[in-house]
Amino acid sequence: MFDISLYSFQVYWWFIVSLLGALFVFMTFVQGGQTLLYTLGKTEDERSLIIGSLGRKWELTFTTLVMFGGAIFAAFPLFYAVSFGGAYYVWMAILFAFIIQAVSYEYRRKPDNVYGERFYETLLFINGSLGIFLIGVALGTLYTGGNFIVNEMNLSKWTQHSYGLEALLHPFNLAFGFMLFFVSRIGASLYLYNNLNNQEVASRLFKTLKINTILFLPFFLYVLFYMLLKDTYIYDSTSKVVTVESMKLLHTLLDNPLLLVLLIMSIFVFLYSIFIALFQKNQKAIWYYGFSVITIVTILLFIVGIEHTIFYPSLSNMQSSLHIENASGSYYTLSVMSVVSLLVPVVVGYIFMVWRSMDKTKITIEEIKSDHHHY
Amino acid sequence: MENELALVDWSRAQFALTALYHWLFVPLTLGLTFIVAIMETIYVKTGDVWWKNTTKFWMGLLAINFAIGLATGIIMEFEFGTNWSNYSWIVGDIFGAPLAIEGLMAFFMESTFFAVMFFGWDKVSKGMHLTSTWLVALGSNLSALWILVANGWMQHPVGMKFNPDTARNEMENFWEVLFNPNGVSKFLHTISSGYVLASLFVIGISAWYLLKKREVLFAKRSIIVAASFGFLTSLFLLVSGDTSAYNVAQNQPMKLAAMEGLYHGEGKAGIVALGVLKPEEEILKDPKNPFYFDIEIPNALSFLAHHSTSAYVPGINDMVYGNDEHGIESVASKMQKGKLAVQALTDYKKFKKEGKDEKAQTALKTFEKYQHVMGYGYLKEPRDAVPDVPIVFYSFHIMVSLGTWFLLLFIVVLYFSMINEIENKRLLLILTVLTLPMGYVAQEAGWIVAEVGRQPWAIQDMLPVGMATSNISTTSVQITFWLFAVLFTALLLAEIKIMLKQIKIGPEGGH
Repeated sequence: MFDISLYSFQVYWWFIVSLLGALFVFMTFVQGGQTLLYTLGKTEDERSLIIGSLGRKWELTFTTLVMFGGAIFAAFPLFYAVSFGGAYYVWMAILFAFIIQAVSYEYRRKPDNVYGERFYETLLFINGSLGIFLIGVALGTLYTGGNFIVNEMNLSKWTQHSYGLEALLHPFNLAFGFMLFFVSRIGASLYLYNNLNNQEVASRLFKTLKINTILFLPFFLYVLFYMLLKDTYIYDSTSKVVTVESMKLLHTLLDNPLLLVLLIMSIFVFLYSIFIALFQKNQKAIWYYGFSVITIVTILLFIVGIEHTIFYPSLSNMQSSLHIENASGSYYTLSVMSVVSLLVPVVVGYIFMVWRSMDKTKITIEEIKSDHHHY
Repeated sequence: MENELALVDWSRAQFALTALYHWLFVPLTLGLTFIVAIMETIYVKTGDVWWKNTTKFWMGLLAINFAIGLATGIIMEFEFGTNWSNYSWIVGDIFGAPLAIEGLMAFFMESTFFAVMFFGWDKVSKGMHLTSTWLVALGSNLSALWILVANGWMQHPVGMKFNPDTARNEMENFWEVLFNPNGVSKFLHTISSGYVLASLFVIGISAWYLLKKREVLFAKRSIIVAASFGFLTSLFLLVSGDTSAYNVAQNQPMKLAAMEGLYHGEGKAGIVALGVLKPEEEILKDPKNPFYFDIEIPNALSFLAHHSTSAYVPGINDMVYGNDEHGIESVASKMQKGKLAVQALTDYKKFKKEGKDEKAQTALKTFEKYQHVMGYGYLKEPRDAVPDVPIVFYSFHIMVSLGTWFLLLFIVVLYFSMINEIENKRLLLILTVLTLPMGYVAQEAGWIVAEVGRQPWAIQDMLPVGMATSNISTTSVQITFWLFAVLFTALLLAEIKIMLKQIKIGPEGGH
């Protein structure tokens, strides 16, 4: 019925993966909030209030991460195999950081929880800090590459025995990690400002928002300019031979003015969201923040996969590098998955509907105390 | 070589550890979500707040279990990449799709409505809340559907074709993958086993209350709901188990032979209801008598496997060494052909790269001729095609025996509940409490049958586990194995303690 090329499906799926990555980054306000628990909550009640608010969203963040992984597995299985099977220690550390989150909310305040409340709060802090930082490092390697080779049977091998930990030595990856960490705390401040009805916590939020914005911006600017201006691997569309192009990602943006305009606009919206929260006390700032973060991250991830750019450079053998054409699923699988992806608006629709009905009244300490099932 | 073996063994151990822990929690979620949905439906229908409180109590226990199930679940998806990267490439085109669909269709539904179910009592209408509870139940069961479609496909790969150019299997027919009989029967058998476990959980805890002479009304009513649910789903478990075994017989005859300790094939084969296996060395000397002692149900295995009491059921030795009379090819012969397929694929890739198209086509023809047994080309010895028979045999028999006991228990408990005598049957109540851990034993045994029974295959006849691992150091996997073992055990300990405490505290208010 429709004559859609394999390449179109590959671009479509790279967009979906980028969007899921961006949705996850937005949803990390949950993790950001976990790291701010003691900064914002000075009393037991206040901390329970914050946990209670974050606890109603943590599963969605978790699910988005799982979905991000699942979409990569289905659409770009070679990337899944190379990165997860090679950068072993980094991914395993990320997994550990997320296992501990799931139980901490549920077990933290339960009697006889063996290890005590502070233990679970520490786990939440580790998840929010180390977990998010390492995800940033892993995402950074999309731009800086990994030490792998892929043989003629498309089976891969990591060439460093540090299995991914070497990524921690690259300043860009570190900056990416810190950038995510601070943006998650900005998101947390705006989310909690919107979701809670508590003057004491709100008064502390502004300070947190200011500090984390100041810390975030240098990392963001470094990451943005580094990725746009650096030498980037590209491949020939016919021979698939990999070469290098200077400032490739900047060229991609200039060749796609819509993306460029959206990116610049979203950066302004991002700054605007912080401005209206700080100076106009606008509790809806989280929505502007959400739109801008999702758009910025989607674009930054999307451009590294399109226009014949290498999205996972091999530092061990340039020709082993991965792009959306050599790493993708088959035409049939991508087309089936594309039909399934039509469900996405339905899923987003019911999440939005549920979120609205649950959040129409702001959470108070009284509500948390009276709740049969509070965290 | 030794290192390769160590790597695959540690990778298997890590995956098994994750799966076994994960499987401690998931079945309860699968069933308990339905039980609380039924209880909440009674509340909404009758308007009786007593049922609301009862629902909330069981929901609280569900939440404790749900969290740790989720935590262990995330690792399983990512371990396909971290520890089985060759697998991820070779079959990712087919296997990845159900996992992604699971995320989109099931996980989001579960996680979104989970929040309403627990925190939305006073925020949304009764109807919306009830719908959310049912959607959580539906979501968790949908999740099981997709993961078991994927698992069923590993045990009986259909709807795909090997692409020599990309050196991987590619999906050709999504519907064949989705409606793979193996996957469907696995799904039905697995979810019904979850319902049975959840029923045992509810009646076990309720029986404890009755023994302690507290929460009497709560316990009696909970028992009626759970025993009815358990009885009906036990019947379904029995039927789906039979279908599942039939599929195993058709597609994984080696697994069936291991489940029954059948070394020497025969017509009119019987099922061993109870038996003690001899050591393998002794069995190999006399494969017709593998048991020290056994009680057999005549002809039952033939009927189970082929729906005919006289049908021939091949034994382990028939499949390893071949059986001309029944047209069974030996593993050694398959290995030889498999090696030809592996070599032909290598030649094809080489000639194609060198531009020698004619030679490439010849190699491709050889490959296509033998590719159906390519997986055997990676085996070292013919007996490598045999799973660990004692583990599979005993696990299978433990599972079946316990399943039968559960059905009987549900009938008896339901009967005494209906005549309002249950609280006076002390021995029965003690047995009911003691049966609860047995539910978990049966679950784990079932999983062991399914997964150990299919060894050495990651994908049946196509990809042995040794070829499926990531190319990483054994030490790396050892480190993460022990970290997981410590972490999971620590969390399990906390989960049990919290659960026991909540049970001791009991349902709050109104009772």
